Amino acid sequence: MSTVNIKIDGREVAVKEGEYILNAARANDIFIPAICYLTRCSPTLACRLCLVEADGKQVYACNAKVKEGMEITVDTPNILEERRAIMEVYDVNHPLQCGVCDKSGECELQNYTLELGVDSQSYMIPDTKREVKNWSSVLHYDAGLCIVCERCTTVCKDMIGDAALTTVKRGGEALDKGFKETMPKDAYAMWNKLQKSVIAPSNGTEYTNCSDCGECAAVCPVGALVSRDFQYKSNAWDLKRIPAVSAHSSDGFQIYYEVKPASIENRNEKIFRVTNEWNYVSLDGAARFAYDFENTDVTKDEAAFAKALEAFKNAQTVRFNSVITNEEALMLQTLKEKRGLKLYNPEVRAFQKFLGYYQKASGNRFWTTDNDAIMKKSDFVIALGSALRNDAPGMKYAFNNVQKLNKGAGLYFHPIADTLIPSFGKNVECFTHKPGLEEAALYLVLDLFADKEKLPEEVKEYLASFKTTETKTIKEKVMKDVTETVVDEETGESKEVTKKVPEMVDKEITVEKNGLVDLLGGNSSTFTDTFEKMMKKKESFSMMIGEDFYYHDKAENLAKLIALIEETSEIDVVMAPPKANALGVALICDLDDEAEGYTIGYNEIGDFRLSALGDGDLDMPAMNQQEGTFTNISKRVVPTNAAVEYGGYELNDLVSELIEEGESLTVDWTVRLPASKGFRAIEFDALPNGYSNDGTENRGYLLKTSNRKAKTPSVEKFDEHAALEGEIVYRCNPARQFSDFSDKAHEIFEPFGLYASAEKAEALGEKVEVVFGNGSIVVDVIADEKMTGDITKLSDFKSAQNVYELFGPARYQTVTMRKV
Amino acid sequence: MGLEQFKNRNVGTQNYKMLDLGQSPETGMGKFKQVLDRTFKGELLVGLWVTMREMINALFKGQMHTVKYPFEKLPISPRYRAIHDMLRLLESGHYRCIGCGLCEKICISNCITMDTRYDENQRKEVSEYTINFGRCIFCGYCAEVCPELAIVHGPRYETASEQRASFSLFEDMLTPIDKLNLQQEYDGFGAVSPNADENIKKTPLAY
Repeated sequence: MSTVNIKIDGREVAVKEGEYILNAARANDIFIPAICYLTRCSPTLACRLCLVEADGKQVYACNAKVKEGMEITVDTPNILEERRAIMEVYDVNHPLQCGVCDKSGECELQNYTLELGVDSQSYMIPDTKREVKNWSSVLHYDAGLCIVCERCTTVCKDMIGDAALTTVKRGGEALDKGFKETMPKDAYAMWNKLQKSVIAPSNGTEYTNCSDCGECAAVCPVGALVSRDFQYKSNAWDLKRIPAVSAHSSDGFQIYYEVKPASIENRNEKIFRVTNEWNYVSLDGAARFAYDFENTDVTKDEAAFAKALEAFKNAQTVRFNSVITNEEALMLQTLKEKRGLKLYNPEVRAFQKFLGYYQKASGNRFWTTDNDAIMKKSDFVIALGSALRNDAPGMKYAFNNVQKLNKGAGLYFHPIADTLIPSFGKNVECFTHKPGLEEAALYLVLDLFADKEKLPEEVKEYLASFKTTETKTIKEKVMKDVTETVVDEETGESKEVTKKVPEMVDKEITVEKNGLVDLLGGNSSTFTDTFEKMMKKKESFSMMIGEDFYYHDKAENLAKLIALIEETSEIDVVMAPPKANALGVALICDLDDEAEGYTIGYNEIGDFRLSALGDGDLDMPAMNQQEGTFTNISKRVVPTNAAVEYGGYELNDLVSELIEEGESLTVDWTVRLPASKGFRAIEFDALPNGYSNDGTENRGYLLKTSNRKAKTPSVEKFDEHAALEGEIVYRCNPARQFSDFSDKAHEIFEPFGLYASAEKAEALGEKVEVVFGNGSIVVDVIADEKMTGDITKLSDFKSAQNVYELFGPARYQTVTMRKV
Repeated sequence: MGLEQFKNRNVGTQNYKMLDLGQSPETGMGKFKQVLDRTFKGELLVGLWVTMREMINALFKGQMHTVKYPFEKLPISPRYRAIHDMLRLLESGHYRCIGCGLCEKICISNCITMDTRYDENQRKEVSEYTINFGRCIFCGYCAEVCPELAIVHGPRYETASEQRASFSLFEDMLTPIDKLNLQQEYDGFGAVSPNADENIKKTPLAY
């Protein structure tokens, strides 16, 4: 991207073209005050503090773009006067509860009041009573403290996509007219708006029906929005921040565990909350609220340790999941190599295979883009095979953010219709197709985006075979010239006048119908126009691939199709590893397809159970109790640190006993991560973990990619009849639930069960037995208002329920439902 | 009194008043005469008389100066810093502490700890509060920083007890509710200065 040179306060800086002045200044360490602006969201213009002078004209730095040669002055006497007046206005009637407020010194209102030297108040207005409300199981809103900067509504709309909050009428008194003459202009305008509004759930009720991610509370500059659990628990300055990685979704979000001693009686450190760098990373509900899954009160149990060693000597298989660090995965792989153990991981195996197919077909080691890059540049996203709202929060945010900020468009292919996705933007088109037709969706993408020149002949023919032309009669408005003779009444002269008169005529047109669109549940006669509109001014295309593809009969063909799409079109691809560290496991371990014989379960079922959940035969540290690295969706190896004390044995202790090539610490394994898979030999302690001011991610390192030119993959045709029919269940967790660990956290309330659309849930009753080919499960039925259609979602986050076994190699299964 | 005197370290130039001590005898005879003089002058009796007088005053005239500690205690300066007291609001009787945690933060020996929670009335409640008096150095910062004049230093300077715990919890330090009428306002560190009103700029209110 090209750069332009601008001058801010006399300092010459080179910044990205089309960047907002505020972002340009921030990237170069120049301070411009601003409350309402969020880096990756659209400018709100609520606070007006970022007023600067650019080329002699006052502009708002948050929504004015840089121009070549622009000269910017941050402070002029007039601007300083405006800013001070604005801060005075914010302080009018703001309760002086700073002593008990949970912001405890991290308050932006407080900071800017001091920064702008507000030491007296010139304005006043009678206060309005504003109630304290609990918006959801996690959100607490104190309207009295709210300064209506709208950061919560902005982040919810532009980033999270739920748009669950909005401004509503406050019912405050009107401003005294006298102020209009005496006050600075912007301060008056800002006050006028402030006095009229307050934040409330956008659905008109008292409660937000959202994904409970808590991002709104994270961005709140004052103490108005706080998590209900954290309210009045601790001062911010008492908490020690420990940089870590969220252990739930595969996004590997950077988080800070904030710890301090649990209470006066219990001096052991406890996690009080999770915070994030909200300008650079937005968390999902699990990352933010599922933090207290630690394995507490563990001591070194030598008897259990001896039994575990014995168990390893007898064992033939280790079964584990993706909530595991790269180092531990490497230990297990080493055990496999030295002792011939089988590694069984149904969560990751399918993904590993799929990645293999993809690598073979495309010649790339990894997918070509990531969510951050998509947010930065893409304006057209296509999501396939992923229940965005549930599976991949990072992808959902990126999909939504592209619609809101990049004036983007999106295609969403999924068998379960979700009412939230179309609300992301007016250019989002959803295809609710039958499960089993994922290949058809990729063929449609090929048809729509591929450079036809580059396509192999047989694919071109195959695509053409779906096209039919149809003649259709439509009524069209035609302007017709009608000539009339008009006699002028006064003069008696007659003259001819030609008038244009609209007339409806039947017209025959040929409409090209695309069978693929109809097959996927769309309407081909309207789609052509819709798509044309979506494609207007689009330059950068991205495709998101989800878990459905990995658990697909034709996974190999899907992978080839993706490779073909990449080769013949401009589309970048990102794939969501199923959970937590699935990518790390897929790269490091040679997984086996089947478990065999005596099995050791690591956080999974097994004959001998190692468990960080506290219910196994030998205790293990949970993710918030150990150091190590994760490999996330951005192909980045990111470090996580221990937040809570752990007194027991670790996997490393077992491995050191079992093989000779052990290491004294878990993190000593970091340098041993396989270079052949793209890892680098960097010591754990040398891994950086942070973001720089311009949003550049400096966390760990990126895996080395490699591209070798592969032959154009030869793709197979798909079978229309492979589509599943009948009663279908989809293996899918509710948002905020990923594993037993998220379930253990006390702020996660989503239950295990069968999620269904409201009508379906009513039809099913309260409880059903879901009968699979190889077993059955009795579960509660839970209505999900955002789902429509007949397919139901069965949770898999409880490992004891062994839902993976029931589904086998597929994510969709036809079942019979029995009422219980 | 200004500080000038203290800042002047050049002692040699100051005016000292010399006592007239006379001349010391130098010869042996002179010294002997001085001893005789002092022995028979009756100075000893002067001293004895002073003691006698004070005894009579104390025993018969009620002018005893000895304080019978621990039965009697001298009043103590309000600025003395002894075991902390937790004060209550005089009007409602509710404890003053709002749980802001400033005392905990400022404490240089890290001896104050508190637990707070969100109570039923949507207020911050101090559910437990403790001071580790084994560590406390009685510096008075907690009383000085307290925005509510809730934690103050009291007059209890006797810090010997069978158990340290009998000082260290919130209830131990809190004014007993039945003695609220005896609660003294604190004049030590952090108390409102007598001319506080003059130094405050008032915020305009619309009602």
